[in-house]
Amino acid sequence: MSVLMQEPQTVAVHQTIVNDFNINVATANGSGSQTSNSLLIRSLYKMGIPVTGKNLFPSNIQGLPTWYNIRLSKEGFLARRERVEIMVCMNGATVAEDMESVEPGGIILFDDALPIANHRKDVKYYAIPVKELVKAANLPFTLQKYVANMVYVGVIAQLLDIEMGEIKDALSWNFGGKPKPIELNWGMVMRAYDWAKANLTNDQPYRVARMTGFNEGTLLIDGNTAAGLGAVFGGVTFVAWYPITPSTSLIEAMNDYAAKLRRDPETGKATYASVQAEDELAASGMIMGAGWAGARAMTATSGPGISLMAEFVGYGYFAEIPAVIWDIQRMGPSTGLPTRTSQGDILSVYYLSHGDGRHPILFPADPKECFEMAGLSFDLAERLQTPLFVLSDLDIGMNSWITGEFDYPETPLDRGKVLTAEELAKFKENHNGQRWGRYLDVDGDGIPYRTLPGTPSVAAAYFTRGTGHTEYATYSERSEVWENNLKRLEKKFDTAREIMPAPIVDIVAGASIGIISLGSNHPAIEEARARLKQSGIATSYLRLRALPINAAIHAFVAQHDEVYVVENNFDGQLHTILTSELPEQASKLISAAKCDGMPLSARWIAQQIG
Amino acid sequence: MTATPTKTSAPKAPKLNPIGLEKTAYKGGDSTLCNGCGHDSISARIITAAWEVGLDQTQVVKFSGIGCSSKTPAYFLGMSHGFNSLHGRMTSVATGALVTNKLLTAIGVSGDGDTASIGIGGFKHLVRRNVHMVYIVENNGVYGLTKGQFSATADQGQTLKYSGTNPYMPLDVCLEALAANATFVARSFAGDAKQLEALLKAAFSHKGLAVLDVISPCVTFNNHDESTKSYGWGKEHEIQLHELNYISHFDEITVEDYPDETEVQLHDGSWLVLKKLGDEYDPTDKMLAYKTLEAARRDQRLLTGIFYIEPETPCFNDLLNTVDTPLSFLPEAKLRPSREALREILAAM
Repeated sequence: MSVLMQEPQTVAVHQTIVNDFNINVATANGSGSQTSNSLLIRSLYKMGIPVTGKNLFPSNIQGLPTWYNIRLSKEGFLARRERVEIMVCMNGATVAEDMESVEPGGIILFDDALPIANHRKDVKYYAIPVKELVKAANLPFTLQKYVANMVYVGVIAQLLDIEMGEIKDALSWNFGGKPKPIELNWGMVMRAYDWAKANLTNDQPYRVARMTGFNEGTLLIDGNTAAGLGAVFGGVTFVAWYPITPSTSLIEAMNDYAAKLRRDPETGKATYASVQAEDELAASGMIMGAGWAGARAMTATSGPGISLMAEFVGYGYFAEIPAVIWDIQRMGPSTGLPTRTSQGDILSVYYLSHGDGRHPILFPADPKECFEMAGLSFDLAERLQTPLFVLSDLDIGMNSWITGEFDYPETPLDRGKVLTAEELAKFKENHNGQRWGRYLDVDGDGIPYRTLPGTPSVAAAYFTRGTGHTEYATYSERSEVWENNLKRLEKKFDTAREIMPAPIVDIVAGASIGIISLGSNHPAIEEARARLKQSGIATSYLRLRALPINAAIHAFVAQHDEVYVVENNFDGQLHTILTSELPEQASKLISAAKCDGMPLSARWIAQQIG
Repeated sequence: MTATPTKTSAPKAPKLNPIGLEKTAYKGGDSTLCNGCGHDSISARIITAAWEVGLDQTQVVKFSGIGCSSKTPAYFLGMSHGFNSLHGRMTSVATGALVTNKLLTAIGVSGDGDTASIGIGGFKHLVRRNVHMVYIVENNGVYGLTKGQFSATADQGQTLKYSGTNPYMPLDVCLEALAANATFVARSFAGDAKQLEALLKAAFSHKGLAVLDVISPCVTFNNHDESTKSYGWGKEHEIQLHELNYISHFDEITVEDYPDETEVQLHDGSWLVLKKLGDEYDPTDKMLAYKTLEAARRDQRLLTGIFYIEPETPCFNDLLNTVDTPLSFLPEAKLRPSREALREILAAM
């Protein structure tokens, strides 16, 4: 079976390879390479080529090694691929290992100022006189470093046949149409392009070519930007946050979009508030206060922030306060690897805080779902009156993905069971003579009615507390009151099972193997399944979009002999949850968990199953 | 009924406040604190002050943290929403709620452990943001519910039955507030009904954060006469910085012409009149406030009154520049941008 488990091999040098290879660019952090890399990926995307960009960056401001990996896949596979065919070496600190990483038959472009230890026979080298080209451009010293990275853009474009019109458009888009930086960078790109054309022998096999049928109706965007935009269209009214990688760009996107889109046209005043809190304790407290007072309140954080929010999340669960918490997961425990991806917070978030209780979680799998779930999360949190999590990760959040174009949200905002003064006055009449109680379940779904502070009614007030309370929100230490309250909360959790998004299930007739996974693993799972299928192994697939689980998961597991639970963490956290919630079928569940800081690859997944 | 009426008259009409309510309408549930607790006196003063200035309870919110003091919002203003939050975390909860509904009047009650120990970080940031609320610290220098440990405001060298002698310097809530750029800093004594009521009324009228550090003896764990948070000590050592007179915006302003007084107009049109008792004291002079507080601390005097007031500083909601309608009551049309707006954004991507 071992042949099947390998990724597509680089084939004979003489054959042209079109739209099916990896480019890896090695630079130093803070050198401006992000602009160059975004030009490359955007140009390729605009040529209709399925591309994926994975930014491997250090927790550092300037100087440490960083890599940008662009995968082109004419078949449309968007997962991370481990092999590299084209290596661009711009960083002396890593040049030796970078050159070693290239596949036989691959090519290496390098800054000719870098010390090269030894030349491999099985790859092709292109030395680029970066310094010379920059010098010839006669630019102010301060700009030279940033523009230097445009050199490799021009050379790659020439060697691979990237359409120069697309590069120019990408440049213009990147600089928001500002003529000066566009001209400056474009000059450098063209200088390098012309140099390559005149001086390099282009006998290497890799080429790009315009494609159709894949990128139409899509966007190239990162999940954090999508989530920020989604929150603005989802009616966010209050955001509290504390800077933490990799969540900060979500908040920044939200702040940018909200500043433009959420101002009263007459007064210019904001229809939302965004507060940078003093820490994550305060961020979670602020969204609890805001959610309680009637805001569509959210925060975004990552693992260490989740730990600090634990006490307030327990409060929100017990006092029943709607609030949305985005966790853009990075590697933990502790500070971990702050700029590497992981799905390591599933367990801690599901059970967050002391005492009993579990929390509903949404798992977006791509930027489009980040956009949609940003709005949906408010609806669900307000409907369920509880803290609700959205678990994204650094891979979705900060990398560029091709994703379906966002649809305008058609469903009205769900503000949940909130009583106005008028509804409160008629409560008894409308509920079989029952008097309103803040924690009284009159509908049988475990969800009581609430009132907001400022409601003009002397009957609206209640006292919110994290201590034991009766259905009428009065203090109680009585055993049966406590137990009944937890039973009702359990009933509410069962309601959540029904209203949280159902999993996406693909049952393949005759397949005895099932795969359960979530979030950013999706492209790798799809590719692994395609490869397994080629080698005669049929697999069904259930992509979990939310916790708690519902009947669809029970049915899926029941239908298969073996079910692999694939996730990007070390402990097999989702596997642990499913084992505990499906005890009668637990023996069928096989954990396939890996956490090394990188998005899962199809090769690794196929190896676990095949 | 033994007494015979000497004259017949109509039953005395109950005394009503400016919005037509009796004082009993401002009560809450029964207190479960120890008999004689200073905190209950403060609750009584809050009831009186709120009634007298005519607060609309449906537009009032009460916040607290955890501790004896933090229980008290259940004992006053029963027709107002209350949020008994986490230990030391009332500050962030109140911030979120009061940004969400900018029209609410907020009363926060905390203790010295809740504010000066576990919650000092949040407290400083609440002050720094000048969130519009009245923040009362019921300060007794001791943890009551956990039975008698020192808090961060406990006197250095003080001895408690179970905790021994406190070797550490105390934090002064008023000085901490000043250093964080507070716009209203005052201290009072739970046993001084007249002053506390006047301070509370002024605090209600202040736009921004009003910090009220109220020395409130713990009758069970910290009421030894040598403690600066005891009744005995307080009664003996309290020195008023000035005599306070609060004139509501409901009342006609007829200020008596004291020989030596300062008037401060609050944002709702009310007036605070401070009659000086001793040396020249200008409550708008921050340096003087620092000096006065530091001197009182050094001299072990319980100095009460308004140390500092700055009514013009913008409060947090001014800076956030949100719409006039509370964010909580905005309709969907104001919350979701148009279809066209999304189309334009996507086209530019």
